Amino acid sequence: MSETAVAAAPKKRRKKESMFKQVFKRLSKNPAAMTGLIVLGIIIILAIIGPYIAPYDPNYMDYANMYATPNAQHWLGCDQLGRDLLSRLLCGGKYSLSLGIIAAMVGLILGTFFGCLVGYAGKTVDNVAMRICDIWSAIPGMLLAVLISTALGTGFFNTILAMTAGAIPGSIRNTRALVLKEREMEYLEAAKAMNCNLFEIIFQHMLPNIISFKIIGTCGNIGASIMQASGLSYIGLGVPTTIPEWGAMCASARNYFLDYPHMILIPGGVILITVLCFNLFGDGLRDAMDPRLKD
Amino acid sequence: MAFLEVNHLKKYFDVAAGLNHAVDDVTFTIEKGHTMGIVGESGCGKSTLGRTIIRLLDATDGQVILDGEDITNARGHELRRLREKVSIVFQDPYSSLNPRFCVDETIREPLEKARRFKRREIDDMTEELMDLVGIEDRLRMAYPHEMDGGRRQRVGIARALALRPSFIMCDEPVSALDVSIQAQVLNLLMDLQEKMGLTYMFVTHDLSVVRHISDDISVMYLGQMVETCPTKEIFANPLHPYTKALLSAIPSIDIDHPMKRVALKGEITSAINPKPGCRFAPRCPYAKEECSQPQQLIEARPGHFVSCCRVHEVN
Repeated sequence: MSETAVAAAPKKRRKKESMFKQVFKRLSKNPAAMTGLIVLGIIIILAIIGPYIAPYDPNYMDYANMYATPNAQHWLGCDQLGRDLLSRLLCGGKYSLSLGIIAAMVGLILGTFFGCLVGYAGKTVDNVAMRICDIWSAIPGMLLAVLISTALGTGFFNTILAMTAGAIPGSIRNTRALVLKEREMEYLEAAKAMNCNLFEIIFQHMLPNIISFKIIGTCGNIGASIMQASGLSYIGLGVPTTIPEWGAMCASARNYFLDYPHMILIPGGVILITVLCFNLFGDGLRDAMDPRLKD
Repeated sequence: MAFLEVNHLKKYFDVAAGLNHAVDDVTFTIEKGHTMGIVGESGCGKSTLGRTIIRLLDATDGQVILDGEDITNARGHELRRLREKVSIVFQDPYSSLNPRFCVDETIREPLEKARRFKRREIDDMTEELMDLVGIEDRLRMAYPHEMDGGRRQRVGIARALALRPSFIMCDEPVSALDVSIQAQVLNLLMDLQEKMGLTYMFVTHDLSVVRHISDDISVMYLGQMVETCPTKEIFANPLHPYTKALLSAIPSIDIDHPMKRVALKGEITSAINPKPGCRFAPRCPYAKEECSQPQQLIEARPGHFVSCCRVHEVN
């Protein structure tokens, strides 16, 4: 300890970079995650400006070009009613993406919030909450979504609500499991010993240590949500049929798959790429947020 | 008057098999600036005792008096003040440091939570604390996983010292470290005690450590305190049969006086719904009928308390 006394010269304080900057710096070193992020960025921008750059009205039926395969006039071909697939993809993007992202995010936020509380509280609270989750998740997610959609009617927000309802119990359960593992750690006790209140202990100390696991799951859920929304559209309970939502495009092309595969492969491929990008990005984000995996 | 007074402290846990008497009727005192070593085998309730005293757990019964103030039932504002006056150093410096907090964040946190310092003051105090425990400034932004056990434990100690507490509960602070680092950390703790007039309660199962650091020693067995007295006295003159057995387990390198081990028979019994009386009795070579009666802590010699009704016959 004697050398510390010698070093009396004023030291320059290194400033800690903000969390966001740190994460982004590490993320930028991960080529897979950056690819995902860039492609995702392009998809999102296209979805936003899509309606303005679409070559045709997405609902315009060109009877001369029914079932058209990709050609110079219709770059990605047409569907069974002669609607231009490219225009439909561009116009439907914002619905599909926002449905998927919002539903998954709401699931993440509510599931994590309640999961943390329930897991940390333990004992009776935990028991009661878990039994409620059991009952809740005994109803299949799709059935629950159908029930809620039927009760509330179709529409954008009702669809989100319907899809989130089925996802929450799983998210709570999953968060709780992570919390149970984490709450044995002594740093939570240390936090208590230095006057952190319950919310500080849970949300400042514990949450950052489990959120990365939740993020990767949520990125997977975005894809699942897009597919589920399409399922609801297919039975007429999701967004209205006039909205060219991607999942609905796949669903309506099902009957013509063998003769005109492009009708399902093109929207399906777009969903696939989107989901893949979300997964790549989520995977990279999880690694970037974990200081233990630095460099 | 003693700095810390623990009177008939009890901590019971409700478990599926019954009531676990983790700490049962423990009484002792610590003088200001002294170190009390609590020894006993794993699972005897040492850590629970420590956590109950500093109010990380709530006592079932009994009383803890710190510096003339009854802290057993401190609530709200009182509890906040208490948390600044006492702190804890944990056993495992990996699990006790938040893996997402760097050294700087970990040490400054208690200062921030006190809500009465300015940013600049906190910066200065953090730097001072790092100097005090001997962590190089280059490690300021390091994360726990980037440091070795000794440095991590130093960070834990710096955090414990941040608000200048008067009492520190050391929960086996060196048992997760290797021997050369143990010595460093122990000497650091002793230096700090001298500089800052700290009072320690030092929980450990390592007898050589406790001999080195403690002024007084209490021996626990299955939640009960069996013997308490000054360190020298206990090593020279152990009175309780369990203490004798425990001390005989210290390896001796003296060829003329080889260690005479007292081998205990049987397994440690359970603290769940225990029978009244001495819990060591089922394994005690001197046990008699009267041992099944509740035991009192008696002053067998000046300053030497032992909880054994047959202490005079045994010795």
